[in-house]
Amino acid sequence: MSDAVRLIEIKEEIHADNQRVAQGLRRQLEEKKTFLLNVMSSPGAGKTSTILRTIDALRDRFRFGVLEADIDSMVDAELIAAQGISAVQLRTGGFCHLDAAMVAQGLDALDLNALDVVLIENVGNLVCPAEFDTGAVKNVMILSVPEGDDKPLKYPLMFTVSDALLVNKIDYLPFSDFKLEAMRERVLRLNPHIEIFEISAKTGQGVDQWAAWLSREASSFIGSASGASQPRIGKFLNASRC
Amino acid sequence: MHELQITERILDVVLKHASGLDVSKVVRIHLRIGALSDLEDEWIQHYFDYLSRGTVAENAQLAITRTGAVLCCQSCSCSFEVKREELGHAHCPDCGETGLELVSGREYVIENMEVL
Repeated sequence: MSDAVRLIEIKEEIHADNQRVAQGLRRQLEEKKTFLLNVMSSPGAGKTSTILRTIDALRDRFRFGVLEADIDSMVDAELIAAQGISAVQLRTGGFCHLDAAMVAQGLDALDLNALDVVLIENVGNLVCPAEFDTGAVKNVMILSVPEGDDKPLKYPLMFTVSDALLVNKIDYLPFSDFKLEAMRERVLRLNPHIEIFEISAKTGQGVDQWAAWLSREASSFIGSASGASQPRIGKFLNASRC
Repeated sequence: MHELQITERILDVVLKHASGLDVSKVVRIHLRIGALSDLEDEWIQHYFDYLSRGTVAENAQLAITRTGAVLCCQSCSCSFEVKREELGHAHCPDCGETGLELVSGREYVIENMEVL
């Protein structure tokens, strides 16, 4: 009887399946001419209020839909729907993040032909959502002033995969020891290409500049016939060179 | 936090590769995980032990190699490895530039497995 140990080569990336679903979703969005934006942050950073402000600033230009992810509640979707915006609640059933398959299910419940921009409100968490490509065209994160300027050091991956950073609750800055310059330097060392916007979803400060960026990105995606670009979140899984 | 989901994927891939190869037991599975992953090695093993019960991979040991994060300098294009805690403080060892792009450190690769 042989009990020699054999070695079987595998060389499989665990995220490869999700990555394939995400790429397929981006191709479908390109055909439908619908821009999908993934919004990530920790709980309480102001995702829902920022989404409402953003839609308010751009609703004359785009038709919006929202996918709301929550571990187990409907509160946010009800708030969005109360503003007359198509909203779908995805209950993740304890999952700490959304993946591309869950987002695809949510999009099935929306009429993409009647929507130009869909915003995903991801689960409030700075760790797990950074690891999963949702199929979104761009990824943004919100860091609110009360959370502190050291978050880039604690959650480097989230800052690395985001295309834009919204520093929210900027009206709270005078009451805190949050150092904008220190935060900016830390973030740019992780991701030199990130766009940083200082906003207050409460007062509306800075929302126009952020909305202008989103408007440019969405228009360029909706208007372009070229292949869907790969967002930062789908990069660096296998790359090992510059 | 999502160790369970990742571990399910590991087991799926392992069982897929074991089937049809007359494998009686999976002894060890070699994984390469990037420095930026927040998953705990110990918990991946706990979940694996739980999920793999009754399969050929029951009691298999997960041998996890953590790889460093590789950064690429935006100024001189050299690439170099840093530890996770150095991210956010790093500068290029050649030219001192701080504009650095991450090129690897997020991978979750099942390299190979030892079987009987």
